[in-house]
Amino acid sequence: MTVQTIDTSVRTSIVVEAPVERAFSVFTEGIGSWWNPDHHILEGELAEMVFEPRVGGHVYDRGVDGSECRWARVLAYEPPNRVVISWDINTQWQLEADPGRTSEVEVRFVPEGADRTRVELEHRNLDRHGGGWEQMRDAVGSPDGWPAGLRGFAERLKA
Amino acid sequence: MTYRADGISALGDPTRRAIFERLAERPRSVGELAGELPVSRPAVSQHLKVLKDAGLVIDRPAGNRRIYQLDPNGVGALRAYLDRFWNQALTAFKTAAEAEPKEVS
Repeated sequence: MTVQTIDTSVRTSIVVEAPVERAFSVFTEGIGSWWNPDHHILEGELAEMVFEPRVGGHVYDRGVDGSECRWARVLAYEPPNRVVISWDINTQWQLEADPGRTSEVEVRFVPEGADRTRVELEHRNLDRHGGGWEQMRDAVGSPDGWPAGLRGFAERLKA
Repeated sequence: MTYRADGISALGDPTRRAIFERLAERPRSVGELAGELPVSRPAVSQHLKVLKDAGLVIDRPAGNRRIYQLDPNGVGALRAYLDRFWNQALTAFKTAAEAEPKEVS
């Protein structure tokens, strides 16, 4: 591990006891069944989450008042094996309008038997949030080099 | 190339790690942290000072208290945050995918 290169991706995976088709459909069109209800950026109360199952579609939250928050664009849609969405949310859970400052999430669904699927997720290009990230930071200074230490912590959490 | 081990050693303490993990979820005040952890307020303040000195958290005033959050200065904090975010999300996803297996798809 080199400490000079800051890794700009987060990778994680999980094995689910479900066929690949089901894993894919729950992850995409069934997103509202598992997404943490605290992680919404609507002003009002959430009515539903919608995953439009096509390239060029959006993932959005719909409020009970009819308002919509389109927080992801569907960049790749290849059922039942792969989906890529943009992450149009900045680090304070607000919509990011500039696509140049958004990251992306790729999810792969790998069958490990008839009723078992490995789901591999990579959230990458996190450095693209950099501009906004720096603007948001408080005037409090911070020592150099700590991201390396924090990365070590993150690695350990995963171990 | 500088490599500071401060962040890692600051997180070697299980209570500080617990505080850090809670702040990774969202900013919190000392009182909130003390209410969620089996630690007194003065102890929480002491741990927060160590985390702050290590450059892992920052604080800001909010009325008559201070709100602590992960230091957003850098990709490292974002990674740590999203790392936890996605691990929690995928765990919830697994539960949903394994429930009522015949309904969807």
